[in-house]
Amino acid sequence: MSISDARALQVQQMESADADIFTTPDGRRIGGPILEMRNITLRFGGVVAIKDISFDIREGEIRAIIGPNGAGKSSMLNVISGFYHPQEGEVWYRGMRRARMRPYEVAREGIARTFQNIALFEGMSVLDNIMTGRLNHMKASILAQAVWWGPAAREEAEHREKVEKVIDFLEIQHIRKTPVARLPYGLKKRVELARALAAEPKILLLDEPMAGMNVEEKEDMSRFILDVNDEFGTTTVLIEHDMGVVMDLSDRVVVMDYGKKIGDGPPEEVRNNQAVIDAYLGVSHDDA
Amino acid sequence: MIYREAGDYKLTYGADAQTFPIKGDRWAYWLALAFAAAVVPLFLTDYLAFALLVPFLIYVIAALGLNLLLGYCGQLSLGTGGFMAVGAYAAFKLMTAFPGLNIVFVIILAGLVTAAVGVLFGLPSLRIKGFYLAVATLAAQFFLVWLFTRAPWFFNYSPTGMITAPTRTLFGVPITGPSASGVSVYLFCLGFVVVLAWLARNLTRGSLGRSWMAIRDMDIAAEIIGVNPLRAKLSAFAISSFYVGIAGALLFTVALGAAEASEAFGIDKSFLVLFMVIIGGLGSILGAFIGAAFLIIGPVLLKLLLVNNLGWPTDLAAHVEVMIIGTLILVFLIAEPHGLTALWRTLKEKLRLWPFPY
Repeated sequence: MSISDARALQVQQMESADADIFTTPDGRRIGGPILEMRNITLRFGGVVAIKDISFDIREGEIRAIIGPNGAGKSSMLNVISGFYHPQEGEVWYRGMRRARMRPYEVAREGIARTFQNIALFEGMSVLDNIMTGRLNHMKASILAQAVWWGPAAREEAEHREKVEKVIDFLEIQHIRKTPVARLPYGLKKRVELARALAAEPKILLLDEPMAGMNVEEKEDMSRFILDVNDEFGTTTVLIEHDMGVVMDLSDRVVVMDYGKKIGDGPPEEVRNNQAVIDAYLGVSHDDA
Repeated sequence: MIYREAGDYKLTYGADAQTFPIKGDRWAYWLALAFAAAVVPLFLTDYLAFALLVPFLIYVIAALGLNLLLGYCGQLSLGTGGFMAVGAYAAFKLMTAFPGLNIVFVIILAGLVTAAVGVLFGLPSLRIKGFYLAVATLAAQFFLVWLFTRAPWFFNYSPTGMITAPTRTLFGVPITGPSASGVSVYLFCLGFVVVLAWLARNLTRGSLGRSWMAIRDMDIAAEIIGVNPLRAKLSAFAISSFYVGIAGALLFTVALGAAEASEAFGIDKSFLVLFMVIIGGLGSILGAFIGAAFLIIGPVLLKLLLVNNLGWPTDLAAHVEVMIIGTLILVFLIAEPHGLTALWRTLKEKLRLWPFPY
């Protein structure tokens, strides 16, 4: 059986399991697991950042990862985006076990992300930053680009059109040509989201999209996250500290503490989980 | 108003991405080009061509090359002199081995050879950055010059160790060798500059240029976004070396006529081109022109002023000239660390509102 056959079969199996596919009360379609983390363990020398964690992310859902500082949330995101390679465990993506990949290969597979500390390209304009997000879709050869002939110029215009749609969607038309270095913090966060969205990802990873924002900016950002999920059906993985935001936005929540998973489920369930309450209120670990 | 920025509406994305979005700039560009191609040759003497304009044009190409690598891709190279030597010696070997080969192809092939060598010495950039990479490229500089002075095959076993450009013609007009006239050499170099600057501009506004700048601004984030660092860095080294190789080949074939590696392509050339790029403006095509003009035309004009107009003795003028140029470099870098192009941009922004403060 060739790889593509195996994949087709698995996709079939996933889709035939009707129990996996359901519709949320607000009408969004949640599919089977698109990404599965199986028994992930990540160590840095003697430090165990992630200890034997398994969870899955379903197609179309908003999945939150929460936990106190140093719980290993960002490390988990870095494992998903291929920046860290776990010592143990497997990542299954769209029904296939993922081989060890470089980050740019992961990006090519349709996983885009934003960063906790904004990682925009400061020397470039907003437009160029967002256009960079489309790199994986652009095919023109170096020679064609050099002479700016037919295909290269046409491709550039086509992708510009797609980028303009993202710009409209996130309401940043007025700063299109502004150098990123001149933007205030909240707008930079929004541009970073735009850059990730321009890649048309299957999974969007957001590392603390609301850190350091005021209430108004948080509301805007929440609206964008919901709209993205609603309109494009993008699977979203979200790390966030603001509990209110997490409880309102997410379909399911993974709770991490000291590299271990201590809770997993819908927001209401996680909120009442004793281990989660302890972790957030800081009960000593000997007692727990 | 002849030059205005407002009211120039773009109806297609193609029009919005063009090199000179403002109509006035487009006119200025075509006028400058027409002036350089049609008017300058009318009163160009051989002295003016060989002492001033030809070196200027050649160093523009070298500065463009280094700017692609350093200004756009953020990889610091101190091997420019060595890569120019590769271009020069490749051109020499090609000219002597294939006497029938057109000079234009000789120059382009020399650039391609240099591109291959540049990729080879660019490999360390995948592992090391910044000053450490600079030291690695410094090794390239010394190794290449050593190779070209010690391995006699490269200079065809000539007893002096020099390479000399034989006469080659283009459309029946001699371009290299002692009989080449200033005007024909000037136009030959101008053609290369115009084409190469245009190619550089296209590369930097397309997806390859954006992947270079992404690597420059934040390499880890760039890789997570989907930039293949291997491809981005090595293509920058290849294309940059192509430019530098062409500059070296032109410097040897049409400007100097004869060269010896350690003298013509020493470490001082690497720094000269680096200073041009920094003073002109990193990450700017115009910067390469301004930087080369400042460091090539500036000293010559100063010398003409001091010796011919003020009647100073030549040796005194030479010393004062170095001091003045050095001071000017310092002044400009303190006033605007991002180079003369940034100064120009600020000036434009101020003038847009002048005489009102805001």
